[in-house]
Amino acid sequence: MKGRVWGAHLGLLALLVLAHFLLPDYHHNNVAKVMVLACYAMGYNIAFGYTGLLSLGHALFFASGLYATALSINLLGWSAGPALALGLVAGAVMAVAVGLLALRTAGVAFMIVTLMFAQAGYLTILYLGQWTRGDEGIVIAQGLRVVAGFDLSAEGPRYLAAFALFGAGLLANLWLVRSPFGRVMVAMRENEARARMLGYNPFRVKLASLVISGLYAGAAGAAYAVMFGYAGASLAGVQYSILPMLWVLLGGAGTVMGPFIGCLLMFYLVAYSANVTSASLLVVGLVLVALVLFAPKGLLGSLRARGVTWLP
Amino acid sequence: MDFGPFLLLALMEGTVTAAVLALTAVGLSLTFGIMRVVNVAHGEFFMLGAVLAWFVTHWMAGPPWLAFSVALLVCPLIVASVAVLADLLVLKRLNYQPEATIVATIGLLYILQQAALSFFGPDARPVAAPFSFRVQLPWFGYSGYKLCVVLAALAVLALVWLLISRTKIGLVMRATQIDRDMARAFGVNVDNVYAGVFGLGAALAAVAAVLVVPIQQAHYLMGGDPLLLSFIVVIIGGLGSLRGTLVAAVLIGLSDGVISTFFAPTLAKIIATLLVALVLVFRPQGLFGKAAA
Repeated sequence: MKGRVWGAHLGLLALLVLAHFLLPDYHHNNVAKVMVLACYAMGYNIAFGYTGLLSLGHALFFASGLYATALSINLLGWSAGPALALGLVAGAVMAVAVGLLALRTAGVAFMIVTLMFAQAGYLTILYLGQWTRGDEGIVIAQGLRVVAGFDLSAEGPRYLAAFALFGAGLLANLWLVRSPFGRVMVAMRENEARARMLGYNPFRVKLASLVISGLYAGAAGAAYAVMFGYAGASLAGVQYSILPMLWVLLGGAGTVMGPFIGCLLMFYLVAYSANVTSASLLVVGLVLVALVLFAPKGLLGSLRARGVTWLP
Repeated sequence: MDFGPFLLLALMEGTVTAAVLALTAVGLSLTFGIMRVVNVAHGEFFMLGAVLAWFVTHWMAGPPWLAFSVALLVCPLIVASVAVLADLLVLKRLNYQPEATIVATIGLLYILQQAALSFFGPDARPVAAPFSFRVQLPWFGYSGYKLCVVLAALAVLALVWLLISRTKIGLVMRATQIDRDMARAFGVNVDNVYAGVFGLGAALAAVAAVLVVPIQQAHYLMGGDPLLLSFIVVIIGGLGSLRGTLVAAVLIGLSDGVISTFFAPTLAKIIATLLVALVLVFRPQGLFGKAAA
């Protein structure tokens, strides 16, 4: 039982290490990006998939990490290491602030409140264009993207750093959902009234889950800033709140590996459909509609429903 | 210009915004109130109305007023059919479960946006006003067309009000809103009501768009602002309350006109969105709504 679970997840990580040596440049670069974005999606999954908090404003947490890191490097002259740490903290702190207010609501109201907060964040980035340079965005110079001697603007170290981030995130996620607290998160999703009756405080559990989720999103944002050297307002827009939801739904909400698989598939689906048609938005839209209609559990979720019950 | 006339101009611009916004938001409010569906694609129905208006006026020969009148009739009908189709093919099969419908309407948003981008192109294109005359005030001249937009919006809103409060159709709609199961037990075909309401909501957005497109050009991304503003209006007015929606539309429209004349529009939007979020957190029934039972 335990062996299979560890086997599957460590197997995925081993595959990614192998990919580092085998993949041609183009795919090598893509997979590095997917791993960073998958970290964001895993964070989204902790709130949405496990705790049942459908947020439409996660881009706010991602952007907090992104901009905290990018601005502290470019404006304050910090080195990349501390800036990364700041980005991570920024995502979590933003999640605390939003959670304290938004978690007073539930359901549809929660979605709209998170959407509105994220929209306010996006507009603030545009408003502070003097420092953030709005849509055009900030570029971090290559020389400033060195962490502990590794130049993260170079392909090799970047892939390994993305792998380290993703690996740590995946294992922490696995540990979290198999811990007693993880079970309580699922209890909140399944039946909040009953969980409350059993003595758990729903507000506290949801807030903790949202903060962990914000931590993941902030970490992904911070890593994105340093690895790809860019922070722009489009990364804070509504679309970046929708995308992690799409990845999680595709891979399977409430599964540990689902976000990565969804992110990888979607990335290549959009990349390849770009060869056939320029209608990438259409692909996103159709996949979303098809998923809610025909496979609301996503890939791994359907697999779990059909006998692979041990998938966490 | 002195402050007085300047404020008057700001208020007049605000009234136009408020009228158009009221139409769009009432559409959103109807779908939410009766179907309990948060339609994220509402802004795209608005956009679709404007883009179709461009096609109609572009391809039709004859005087501008004729082409425009045709657009005003045909575009809402087309948009309504698209909405009814979406309801039958997607929303109905999801059983109107709130979270799934939100995801589905987000998908619909992208599909419609892409359709507009592919067939209409990325450029903003103007639509000629059906007529142009200026109303000369002592301080400045004002577009007569804009005043007519306000009147037309009021007329459509009055029709909607008559439909809901004075006809059999409205009665059935209200019955469905209050208790869907009981309505079904009394022989109301709830599926048809839902499809009709979704179409009506979309048609209202399209009417608003056709009215506004001579003032503001047609563009495939133009749905974002009306969606956000309609959300704000519907929430401030109290989710599902039509009267609240109207009051809030006037309030938001006027203040939007005044604030964006005198202050930075981005700042105004930031404040408005934050306010809305806080209203939802602390007064979920809206500023004008009654406390939830």
